Amino acid sequence: MALETAFHAATRFGLGPRPGELEHVGKDPRGWLKQQLRSPSVPDLVRIPEEERSRTRLFGRSARAAGIGREEIARVYRDQSARRFRAHVQTDRPFYERQVMFWSNHFSVSIQRPVIAGLVNAYELEAIRPHVAGTFKEMLLAVARHPAMLLYLDNAQSVGPDSRLGVRRGKSINENLGRELMELHTLGVDGGYTQHDVIALARILTGWSLARREGAVVTEFAFHEFMHEPGPKVLLGRTFDQGGMEEGIAALTMLASHPSTARFIATKLTRHYVADDPPTGVVERLARAFLDADGHLPSVMSALVDCDEAWQHPLEKLKTSYEYCVSTFRALAYEPDERQSLGSLHALDYRVFAAPSPAGYPDVASAWAAPDAVMKRIDWAYTLARRFERYVDPRSQAAGTLGPVLSTGTRQAVAEAPSPAEGLALLLVSPEFQRR
Amino acid sequence: MPLSRREFMLRGGMLVLGAGVLGRPTLALAQAPTDQRLFVVLLRGALDGLAAVVPYGDRSYGDARGDLVLPEKALIHLDDLFAMNAALAPLADLYHQRQLLALHATATPYRSRSHFDGQDVLDSGASEPHSLASGWLNRALGALQQGEAIAIGPSVPLLLQGPGQVTSWSPSVLPGAGPDLLARIAHLYEADPLLSRALQEAEMLQPGGPETMATAGEPGARRGSQAFESMMRKAGELLSGGSLRLGSIELGGWDTHVAQGLDQGRLATAMQRLSAGIDAFRQASGPTWRRTAVLVVTEFGRTVKGNGTAGSDHGSGTVAFLLGGSVAGGRVIGDWPGLAQDQLFEGRDLQPANDLRALLKGVLAEHMGLSEPVLNDGVFPGSTSTPAARGLFHS
Repeated sequence: MALETAFHAATRFGLGPRPGELEHVGKDPRGWLKQQLRSPSVPDLVRIPEEERSRTRLFGRSARAAGIGREEIARVYRDQSARRFRAHVQTDRPFYERQVMFWSNHFSVSIQRPVIAGLVNAYELEAIRPHVAGTFKEMLLAVARHPAMLLYLDNAQSVGPDSRLGVRRGKSINENLGRELMELHTLGVDGGYTQHDVIALARILTGWSLARREGAVVTEFAFHEFMHEPGPKVLLGRTFDQGGMEEGIAALTMLASHPSTARFIATKLTRHYVADDPPTGVVERLARAFLDADGHLPSVMSALVDCDEAWQHPLEKLKTSYEYCVSTFRALAYEPDERQSLGSLHALDYRVFAAPSPAGYPDVASAWAAPDAVMKRIDWAYTLARRFERYVDPRSQAAGTLGPVLSTGTRQAVAEAPSPAEGLALLLVSPEFQRR
Repeated sequence: MPLSRREFMLRGGMLVLGAGVLGRPTLALAQAPTDQRLFVVLLRGALDGLAAVVPYGDRSYGDARGDLVLPEKALIHLDDLFAMNAALAPLADLYHQRQLLALHATATPYRSRSHFDGQDVLDSGASEPHSLASGWLNRALGALQQGEAIAIGPSVPLLLQGPGQVTSWSPSVLPGAGPDLLARIAHLYEADPLLSRALQEAEMLQPGGPETMATAGEPGARRGSQAFESMMRKAGELLSGGSLRLGSIELGGWDTHVAQGLDQGRLATAMQRLSAGIDAFRQASGPTWRRTAVLVVTEFGRTVKGNGTAGSDHGSGTVAFLLGGSVAGGRVIGDWPGLAQDQLFEGRDLQPANDLRALLKGVLAEHMGLSEPVLNDGVFPGSTSTPAARGLFHS
């Protein structure tokens, strides 16, 4: 029972156990999880050297002038994405890393807009990662001011019609960020806002844009008064007339602590950590914790860890393709290089930071269990197993990797497989290993 | 368990340095340079030797095999006792050209019935599972002190692991999971409706359709079943030139617990695949064929009687093949223990009357020129009481 709880801690809340991890989690899985919340985790692999970062600060004309073309940006994206993958394979703070992934997906940005490909990893590093150990409000403010999000959801070009620039050029607002901030990031689609509120928030956020340097746009946040819509705006029945950037900060602060937000975030967290159909008891506890702690995220996660029901519904979640690859390499204690990292994801048709819509990657099993996707996992696992078979006894690997959840059926199938490669493949494609 | 990137990266379409880089062991006195080649085909999953080289002339054959008796039309007679399964017709041709011999009722010293442990003993050349960390073919390479070895496929089998440097080659796109593995997975998914349904639908979409999963009826129907043939062709090419002298390849599909089939079905498909591969290898070898020996071996045999699911379970004695341009073929060698109930091993398996190591040592002695002391000490430690077979090759 204790081991089973350690297994769930490592698998459901973490990224899947590395060899020896379950013993390390030991008898106090809740303690193991909570101590990962104490401070931000920044694996060396995901740090971005200033030299590399500075090249992605250039944009459009200034990038072209510096000779930074699409290929260079694609290389940055690949390098950084592979380093992130490898960090997840290696990390000994998988609970923290899973939260980083959760929030990156909650506040999704995507290379479906290729112009931000050089920024998506920086976005996670700068706007998401530090605040996993902080508050939802600070994360929201960081997200809404990050150039990746401002470009992805078009706010960089949103101009108040009565602002100086609006009047001079006849430009107007773009509602995209204003809408998604409420629909996807805070209140939720049923959170009690109207089209008037969308327009109000978009007007409040005019001027949240990119800096200019030497006449060229750079991908750094700047507030531009000359783009900002003057005058009072009414959002969710409250009037905002502070003017300037303070107006947006006040509006986002209000959204961050709204009961609808608490409920929406609690629902998404529960769906991510517990079950596709989130049990209401867990949702309610997390929503209450969110409000009680003013959106302090480690407090919310502690409430989740303390909630007995969050440890029930074992193996309810199907791993996403990304989680599946990460947990496989963790189980095998193998450190993939860049090509193996991205090649593995590619084999499963997965690209990092490439969600199809601003809603992010889906977080329910049905989205990851299409027939073709299941077959691709099988083929990838078998290919990998044939390369690993000489290093692994599938029988002991099965016991070590799946421990207490190893089913009789899987144990037998692995032991009776006609070759070690097929035995290892059976382990890796077993329902227990594909789920968490 | 350190795993170097280079080993993991065994990538298609190119030669990659594989196992150990420690240089050659000094196992033996220097040998004369050899121009001989030895290629080992490892049949993974335990070949039903009685369905490959069929003892149709044994008076207990019909009773002993029951449902697994092959129809006459599925046999190519070799002599009064044995016939080749027609799915192995190219091997029968080689037999009649006196380039193939079979050793029947053979096994390694391993007597339990675990695939992994049986393969470990077959590859390592030891008497016990997991007692040697290198393979006999790698140690033979060390003893030769010249030439190079190659593993054809995505990983280097234990057979070729060890201190001697080994290269590898595998096609750029590995074939996906085959019908046998998919059937095992489908069984595993019975308790998971979501995955089960997805797999069934995926099977429907495969070329050849779902029936290939249940019966594996037609060879070459789906999922890279041509891959073995093309890999064997490549192996023949690679070994015919340059400094490669030793090599190996693995072929699965032999673990026929269910619906093994008689003249057609799962087992016949696997045999046809093996035949096509042997043919491709021989043709690609060209003139080198007369200096080439191919060993076809498996970890153990299968039960004499069929089981309740029209298949056979793990057994003991089985058959091994030796073929090549200079093999003194056209014979089935070894003592034949018979199939009467009281002649079976533990009342169920073909008696392993002939130690497989005698054949392996014989090939290394006669064909590759290794001396008996070298074979006894380093290559097959603990095998002194099993002397190398002689007269396997034309001198």
